[in-house]
Amino acid sequence: MGAYPVRMSTTAPVEVDRPASDDVVEPDIPWVVIVWNDPVNLMSYVVYVFQKLFGYSREKATKLMLDVHHRGKAVVASGAKETCEFDVARLHAHGLWATMQKDR
Amino acid sequence: MLRRVRRSPDGTFAVRLGVAERELVRSIPGELRALLLEPEDEDDPALRRLFPPASRDDEELNAEFERLVRDDLLASRLESLDTLERTLDAERLTEDELVAWLAALNDVRLVLGTRLDVTEETTARDFAGEEPRTRVFAAYLFLTLLEEQVVEALSSD
Repeated sequence: MGAYPVRMSTTAPVEVDRPASDDVVEPDIPWVVIVWNDPVNLMSYVVYVFQKLFGYSREKATKLMLDVHHRGKAVVASGAKETCEFDVARLHAHGLWATMQKDR
Repeated sequence: MLRRVRRSPDGTFAVRLGVAERELVRSIPGELRALLLEPEDEDDPALRRLFPPASRDDEELNAEFERLVRDDLLASRLESLDTLERTLDAERLTEDELVAWLAALNDVRLVLGTRLDVTEETTARDFAGEEPRTRVFAAYLFLTLLEEQVVEALSSD
């Protein structure tokens, strides 16, 4: 957006060439990071990790932990692929069972 | 209940463990290093639990992820074990040291929990008369209690 200066014309609408790449670039599908329930990680530990890694409030971290516990999984973060890979790696470093997938 | 780990006003943490409890903690670095550095079986479920795949169905992503992060993950686990080993007999830990203890405690619980196939309903009765699993589960329970107290101390003001 904004690559071409907008000209006000008094005669005819200005023809603007669209960048050719518009035809081939797929819409950017965001990725999501999912944490799965497991019987070993302590509830208090999972809350601690969510707060530490994502800076979530205790309330938000607790709600996410309870979602994981009761529903079996929860989306804890989302974004570009590289960001999600980084988050999954940090979750694995803390022993949480995390995966990532395209959000579709 | 005896509080084994407590935050002090100066930001450090007092650690009070019984002799047998400290011996159990002392065994962690050796056990985990053996699994991490000289695994008898690369497909050991306990090892897979420490390094799970990043995707449930995208093998290409899993290969890329493993190539990008496996070495760093391993290094961070070994670093925590080094810190734990260096501070095994300490009665006072810095926050960074206690965080390393927490990482090692959680890793060893993941390994023992996987080996024992624990569920959220598992109790000591499930292993009655099954040495050495009875003893391993008792160790798992103590490490669980200790980890709970470490998390509580780290989360306290």
